[in-house]
Amino acid sequence: MLSYDFMRHAFVAGTFIAIICGTMGVFVIARNMSFLTHTLAEIGFAGAAFGVFAGWPALNGMLLFTVLSSAMVGQMSVKSARRESVISAVSALFLGLGILFLAISDQTSSSATSILFGSVIGISSAEVWQIAGLSLVIIVVILLMYRSLKFESFDAVGARVNGINGTLISIVFLVLLALSVSVAAQIVGSLLIFILLTLPAASAKYFVHGVFKMIVLAITFALVGTWLGLYLGYLTNWPVSFFIATIEVLIFVAALWHARRA
Amino acid sequence: MNVQRLALSYGDEDVIDDLNFHLQAGHFLAVIGENGVGKTTLVRALLGQLKPKAGVIEFSEPKKKMKIGYVPQFRNLDEEYPLSVRDFVALSLINRRLPWLNKAEVQRLDEVMQQTNLLKIANRPVGLASGGEKQRAYLAQALINRPELLILDESTASLDNEMKYELLDLVAKFQHGQDLSVIFITHDLPLAQRYADHFLMMEHFKYTTGKIADLPVEQVEEQ
Repeated sequence: MLSYDFMRHAFVAGTFIAIICGTMGVFVIARNMSFLTHTLAEIGFAGAAFGVFAGWPALNGMLLFTVLSSAMVGQMSVKSARRESVISAVSALFLGLGILFLAISDQTSSSATSILFGSVIGISSAEVWQIAGLSLVIIVVILLMYRSLKFESFDAVGARVNGINGTLISIVFLVLLALSVSVAAQIVGSLLIFILLTLPAASAKYFVHGVFKMIVLAITFALVGTWLGLYLGYLTNWPVSFFIATIEVLIFVAALWHARRA
Repeated sequence: MNVQRLALSYGDEDVIDDLNFHLQAGHFLAVIGENGVGKTTLVRALLGQLKPKAGVIEFSEPKKKMKIGYVPQFRNLDEEYPLSVRDFVALSLINRRLPWLNKAEVQRLDEVMQQTNLLKIANRPVGLASGGEKQRAYLAQALINRPELLILDESTASLDNEMKYELLDLVAKFQHGQDLSVIFITHDLPLAQRYADHFLMMEHFKYTTGKIADLPVEQVEEQ
């Protein structure tokens, strides 16, 4: 299986994606941002569709749209009580735009399918390098602000009293989330992005009770899903996203069952 | 700490005007008053989250920022909140940047966990801890950076009697042992009389201070 270039690319890219999704996911869950992650994925879809329309690589279109909009979404929704409805409105707008860009571009509908559901075979070695580079940027920024981000995510009241700038942390985190969404969409697609950015971390919190331990376990769950999904996809020729989604949901159900027993 | 001619407003509305009081190092000040007289606004100003409209809040060493620990009445931690008591207390160790704790930090964490009787439940998720245990965890988190001033913002309001005394006994131990100044916002007169040495009584734009023995109890009770 690994003698094929496309499978090697998929495994390397999948490994980086699992690591950043596991790490970011712990903070996404702590900050109650699952729904916002979903919105960023839809914005990413619109960006990728715009990329197809403009003749760019899909990842660049996604990066442009998600990073630009994340600050906007943050300003509009994080601080207000209207959070859910603002997010709904923003996702509706961007999903509509995505459909428009696809309709008016010359490409066939297969590019839309690969954006929405991910395309393992489509990953070139240049894209693997881009994914690796972006993942490193995300990891380094998280390491630099780890203690403040941890405090602000798990105890916003305490963080504010200790002089942590919550607004700055929120904006930096949203930009990181935008980057993660764009990167992860390469494998699972924008429709299923929230699987890797939420479920492994949501499962991990039922097994361990420290931030670092949760990150390690969430990365493990994400890696198991991604590697096993790629392998099963290769064996059966069924979509990899289907396997990753199923495996992560099974892990989550097991976590809930574990929590009920404990 | 010296507060002189302090005026604070919330939006366009004046909340506090011409407030003066003094808090000496190692003293315990009970701040008493009904809802809406500006107790929370005062706390926000002390914490540096609200700029005074007029007047000053001066600390003993000018230009040096005073280290303040803060214990709120409650935080939004439901039963699914995943962090263990130990990890929750360690959150406020933010003076270093590296993700992992160094030896001195681990030692300090163990010390404060022991002083606040939390070692036994160190690995239990905070979400599953009792009300009193949660308050002790908030206290430990506030004390871990060795503050000079501790603000208890109605921290005992949702506790039963036994837990109230347990928490304030602990605070008193730190006050005497480490020369910690304490500001205790409360409605609970017996508690204030038992632990505080001074009081600040807040009414609408009228403030009285003095030694706790001189607290006009009948007047407060009438309110």
